[in-house]
Amino acid sequence: MKIHIRNGRIIDPMNARDQIGDLYIAAGKIVGNGQAPADFHANRTLDASGLVVCPGLVDLSVRLREPGYEYRATLESEMLAAAAGGITSLACPPDTDPPLDEPGLVEMLKFRAKNLPGPRVYPIGALTQKLEGRALTEMAELTEAGCRAFTQADAPLTDTLVLLRAMEYAATFGFSLWLRPQDVALAREGVAHDGAVASRLGLAGIPALAETVALATILQLARETGARIHLARLSTREGIAMVRAAKAQGLAISCDVAATHVHLSENDLVGFDAHMHLVPPLRSLRDRDAIREALRDGSIDALCSDHTPVDEDAKQVPFGESEAGASGVELLLPLTLKWAREMGVPLLQALDLVTWKPAQVLGVPGGHLSVGACADICIFDEAAEWVVTPQALASQGDNTPFLGHPMQGRVRYTVIDGHIDFEAPR
Amino acid sequence: MNLQLTEDGRLRHLLTLDGLPRAIITQILDTAESFMDVGAREVKKVPLLRGKSIFNLFFEPSTRTRTTFEIAAKRLSADVVNLNIATSSQTKGEAILDTVDNLAAMHADMFIVRHAQSGAAHFIARHVAPHISVVNAGDGRHAHPTQGLLDMFTIRRYKGAFHNLTVAIVGDVLHSRVARSQIHALTTLGVPEVRVIGPKTLLPTGVEQMGVKVFHDMEAGLRGCDVVIMLRLQNERMKGALLPSAQEYFKFFGLTPEKLALAGPGAIVMHPGPMNRGVEIASEVADGPQSVILPQVTYGIAVRMAVMAMLAGGPSA
Amino acid sequence: MPASLPDANTLIARLADAIAPTLTPDTFIVGIHTGGAWVAERLHALLGCRQPLGVLDISFYRDDFSRIGLHPQVKPSSLPFELEGGTILLVDDVLHSGRTVRAAMNELFDYGRPASIRLAVLVDRGGRELPIRPDFVGLTVDIPEHQNVNLSRLDDGHLTLSIA
Repeated sequence: MKIHIRNGRIIDPMNARDQIGDLYIAAGKIVGNGQAPADFHANRTLDASGLVVCPGLVDLSVRLREPGYEYRATLESEMLAAAAGGITSLACPPDTDPPLDEPGLVEMLKFRAKNLPGPRVYPIGALTQKLEGRALTEMAELTEAGCRAFTQADAPLTDTLVLLRAMEYAATFGFSLWLRPQDVALAREGVAHDGAVASRLGLAGIPALAETVALATILQLARETGARIHLARLSTREGIAMVRAAKAQGLAISCDVAATHVHLSENDLVGFDAHMHLVPPLRSLRDRDAIREALRDGSIDALCSDHTPVDEDAKQVPFGESEAGASGVELLLPLTLKWAREMGVPLLQALDLVTWKPAQVLGVPGGHLSVGACADICIFDEAAEWVVTPQALASQGDNTPFLGHPMQGRVRYTVIDGHIDFEAPR
Repeated sequence: MNLQLTEDGRLRHLLTLDGLPRAIITQILDTAESFMDVGAREVKKVPLLRGKSIFNLFFEPSTRTRTTFEIAAKRLSADVVNLNIATSSQTKGEAILDTVDNLAAMHADMFIVRHAQSGAAHFIARHVAPHISVVNAGDGRHAHPTQGLLDMFTIRRYKGAFHNLTVAIVGDVLHSRVARSQIHALTTLGVPEVRVIGPKTLLPTGVEQMGVKVFHDMEAGLRGCDVVIMLRLQNERMKGALLPSAQEYFKFFGLTPEKLALAGPGAIVMHPGPMNRGVEIASEVADGPQSVILPQVTYGIAVRMAVMAMLAGGPSA
Repeated sequence: MPASLPDANTLIARLADAIAPTLTPDTFIVGIHTGGAWVAERLHALLGCRQPLGVLDISFYRDDFSRIGLHPQVKPSSLPFELEGGTILLVDDVLHSGRTVRAAMNELFDYGRPASIRLAVLVDRGGRELPIRPDFVGLTVDIPEHQNVNLSRLDDGHLTLSIA
């Protein structure tokens, strides 16, 4: 299949390029940028006039809910939703049932995903067996099966010695550990940021300390062991400051935040909407503003959706009993654009946070539009306005805090490996 | 969106006193005043809610609160049905909405809801049909608005006004829905100084932002107070990481005659009940001349009648 | 239809004259809040009644409660005497459908069982919906349904009747 993308605004952060032009695709690769290769005869021409053409989005956290939670969402539904969100590569955390702690499970997932339309699926392996935080998994075997990194996802790891051993072992092979810093004891029973709003609403709090105390431990162990650490879903101003300082000292770490946390805060909990029940909790405005600033100054490396489809029954309960998480693959792009508009950040810089930079964290090809690169491309209408409704979302999870909110920016085409895997209905 | 008020500003549900307009609080207190004599009549009833069905929906056991709502509803001639729903792990979740839907199908007019989760009453109120009102009878640590209102009624009866008072709330504010409702009502009604007194482990983060002054030294906190409200300390909090022992708690935060003497001479002592004598309050104080703990219970019925009468009448929103 | 109504004070005096011959010393005068209470207060003075005056607020007994809701300024009823076995003279300003009087009688019975109740009204404007008739009337007049007869009290205590 040969595709000619015509007259689009091509934004390629890795190559620092933002200009109107054409893109030529053949055999799953980008074969021409600006100039058509000799003898190029397109099977399909996409008119990208007035549209942005950028690398396909790379999302560092998408729960596909298989195996084990097919009643919430299926691989088919969520991969389609991700493609509709312009995502061409995604990392899938291991908190499935059973968890991704054996090579067979990882291979099965990769096999299932490969035969479906939609993004490239990169499993993140379980760091400990059954995610119980006690015994390490066969990281080397899991890597051979296709795992790109190892994580506990949101499962606790209370034993610091296990964490130290995990880092030492991972460092032996150069594997990457993705850790969400949260001290289990300090977060116990909490469902909301421990601050004025949770106090007013009578919701049990998770203090910012839960993040910073865990972060201090992780950073110290990382210095000691030399393990490659990616810090997932930072949420506090103090936490971000610690990471910034550690990076400045030369520690090789990276970090991400969820797109929800760029826009929402504890104030949105008033009214007890269970869709605002997220992990980590929505924190104070001060924290949110620190996240927005750290995205701008580069202290935060990537934005992800932290896509977590939850069935309606698990949200149709009082706040404290509800399951945490938000559906998000289709909102990652519009929420990134919204942040960029509000902060006056150029698109070139904003899109870097969802394309090239996360591709580096994940260590996968893609994330740029160089000639010869794989043809993973997102074409979107920056100005298109739409409203978030269950009908407007392809995901099986309708659980988003943004239900009823207007969004600006919508994907027109998603090209994955040279195929048009998503095309918006006209 | 304000779940509690209709578009024209009338009471639709009573879920919290946080943000409830002063005029409505005053109206509830005034209406309660007019219900005060019903209990003293030969027929302790008025026919106001005749034919209405009120369901006491208690997901958390509480004989005391349920009884006062039941008496209030019966004095208004409503039909009252009591449901005590055990919150076992099987019956949580969607079971709440199933229960609510089932009762609505039996033509319920009002739900009185008690639940261990903060926000449960909001959750039900958001779900019910437009003709059904919800009264929050206590949700988690969040709110207990009728208790807060009856406390305001008590204060107004004994002190006449709010604008010149200093009120102290003492004890486990962290876990107390009563304290939260009291704080919102007191600040809304214009009490110039509301104090909370307790150890740091029992005061919520950022409590000052609710408009109160924080004291960790009870003697300093009680000095010059017109009203002293003691909170119940739950048994399970008396030993552990929050407090070392009930004895030490009583020594530093229990209300004794000596400590009460530091408050103004005409200070009244309140407690939402049930009391732990010798833990948060000494018996000499609980039974002493400054205690208004029993009148609080009596007023509770009139206040709950007022709330139900205001909710049940008029065109549904 | 009369363009204006007679002076309220003249009507109250006429009413007192009609009641006086039948008034026993143990009769309790009870006015219905608010207009009835004003009239009852005048009658109480004019008749030299020695029993305490009663006032009823029938808000809790209205049969249109579920339609219009609770009146925002409910005043407690005040019956400062033992009603059981007593003789009651119930007073209202304007008698129309009869529903207010029914509500008032219901409330009276919740305080006890009176030996007898008689009804005095300043104006009977017709339009009855219940089998209720007054024993004493200041003025009988037919007023069309869409109009209201109101008794109001000026700051100096002067009572005036008006049609609106």
